[in-house]
Amino acid sequence: MVLTETKASAGSAEIDASPQWEVVSEGNTACLVLTGVWLGQNTALPVFSGDALLHAGSFDNVTCNAADVTRWDTGLIGFLWDVRRWCDREGREFEAHALPHPMQQLLDLLPDRQAPTAPMKGTRHSFLERVGIKSIATLAEIGTIAELAGHTARACYQAIFRRGGLRSSDLFSDLFNAGPSALLIVGVVNFLIGAILAFVGAVQLQKFAAGIYVASLVGIATVREMAPVMTAIIMAGRTGGAYAARISTMQGNEEIDALKVFGISVSSYLILPAVLSLVITMPFLYLYGCLIGMLGGYIVAISMLDITSLGYFHQTVIAFGISQFIFGFIKSLVFGAFIGLTSCRIGLRAGRSAADVGIAATRAVVIGIVGVIALDAIFAIIANSIGI
Amino acid sequence: MTDGPIMSMTDVTLAFGPKVIQSDISLSVKRGSIFAVMGGSGCGKSTLLKSMIGLLRPSRGSFHVGRDDYWAGTDAERTEINHRFGVLFQSGALWSSMTVGENVALPLQMFTKLDARAIQRLVELKLALVGLSDAINLTPSEISGGMRKRAGLARALALDPDILFFDEPSAGLDPITSARLDDLILNLRDGLGATIVIVSHELPSLFSIADDGIFLDAITKRPIAHGSPRALRDHSTDPQVRAFMNRQRNEEGQAS
Repeated sequence: MVLTETKASAGSAEIDASPQWEVVSEGNTACLVLTGVWLGQNTALPVFSGDALLHAGSFDNVTCNAADVTRWDTGLIGFLWDVRRWCDREGREFEAHALPHPMQQLLDLLPDRQAPTAPMKGTRHSFLERVGIKSIATLAEIGTIAELAGHTARACYQAIFRRGGLRSSDLFSDLFNAGPSALLIVGVVNFLIGAILAFVGAVQLQKFAAGIYVASLVGIATVREMAPVMTAIIMAGRTGGAYAARISTMQGNEEIDALKVFGISVSSYLILPAVLSLVITMPFLYLYGCLIGMLGGYIVAISMLDITSLGYFHQTVIAFGISQFIFGFIKSLVFGAFIGLTSCRIGLRAGRSAADVGIAATRAVVIGIVGVIALDAIFAIIANSIGI
Repeated sequence: MTDGPIMSMTDVTLAFGPKVIQSDISLSVKRGSIFAVMGGSGCGKSTLLKSMIGLLRPSRGSFHVGRDDYWAGTDAERTEINHRFGVLFQSGALWSSMTVGENVALPLQMFTKLDARAIQRLVELKLALVGLSDAINLTPSEISGGMRKRAGLARALALDPDILFFDEPSAGLDPITSARLDDLILNLRDGLGATIVIVSHELPSLFSIADDGIFLDAITKRPIAHGSPRALRDHSTDPQVRAFMNRQRNEEGQAS
């Protein structure tokens, strides 16, 4: 057996027996004589070049003599492979039979010609082309999400009126994850937002002896913008990311394929509970966020300013009408549906590897947050035009 | 070159916490042999393999690689020994964020001082050996299950290991691909002089290539037979071993 015994000992004693090759011409045959230790792991092995062979004179056959090679690994096979391919290219006969049997066996496994180097992935596009491609892809994606929303709505209709499709246990577990489990983080964030608003407002309004308007500031800001947007951002990061990761992992395990083969609708089995749970819990989380936000503002206002609890409460109540609440309520419904649909869609289109799961989760969070803020801007324009 | 076994276990007990998987395992793997770990589903074959490649410390007994006591050494010494191992996991276990070529290149980049060109040449060679020259720039998700397994083998061969471990090499492969893999394993053993440990219950494959082995029993939780699969099939007196081997043979007979 030729191969190494332990690689650790391959150092000092044989370091001088460096791998070498020379050409010996024997009539019509050029013989490559290989000597030394040919371990590709330890040193860079000599690279075969055809020029040295051509200098040796004219010949038709090439043989190799590896009798004096003391130790070798696949690096030597790589060298012999180069020789054989060179012979094929130059129309010479490569005779492997002089080589030890193990070397021949490994050489036989290798293909005759090198695989054509694969072309670089992707072609270059001009700036305009890239913008166009991106725009078309984005529009197509919006279309797909709208289609998914349609399927989900139909699944919802079927689940309500025809029974079937939706498993209540899935819905309840999703509801619990999107609702009660999120109360703490939604509460903490909204409380702090309310408190910060009150701080900033108090410092400014105090200068004009208008401290009581801190209550209006906190109330309107929380009900109209802060509570729905902050709650949606939290849910995009928390629940949207989780949905995308879960569905893309199922994709990788062929679980989605299994659903499709059984004819179980992905929309009603996977997407409906996810979207429905967010649509149901988001408005409640919004109301809860409003209350907690105002509580945060109240605590700061009471401790910093010279106002009474009743005064603060009264000012809050007269600051905004019920229409503001309804508007915030509708916003949070839309945000919930948006986060649920986009994150499920991102999970469904993810690749099948572990890295793809991470990419899908990241993308769901990013698109969720950016999308929520963009939708909020659209809502602001609508509110302005209808005069809320 | 020493004549002793390249790997040996003495009275090893494998357990996860209080749950004993297998006990009293003693075995020795001869240099250059193909050693089979056999047994029914759930008997602890893969657990035994895990302990052989250093992923599971036996709760009792000793494990030697060559003359080194594997678990007596430091982490660095164990890593040194592990460089002599090449492992083909059941599903290939390729790193999914890298291309097939990068998968094979990573161990070479980490553990040799070769330059990028030399590494590239070695990567091409290893992939050509398993017949995957075309897949060098593809990611694992773009190739088939059988190709993933062969790519896993190319990666296991990256550092020219002394000992190759195969976990269910032919599971999920068609008979022709599986037979090709058997040939490849024999070629690698003969060509590279590597020692090979195979965990499998693919009996036709084991009969044709393995020359020593151990049979684990799921009920008594200990090895019940030692020897080559062929010898066990023909000469074992243990009714359980005979049943295992012969039932498979009957099924084969019916199938053909």
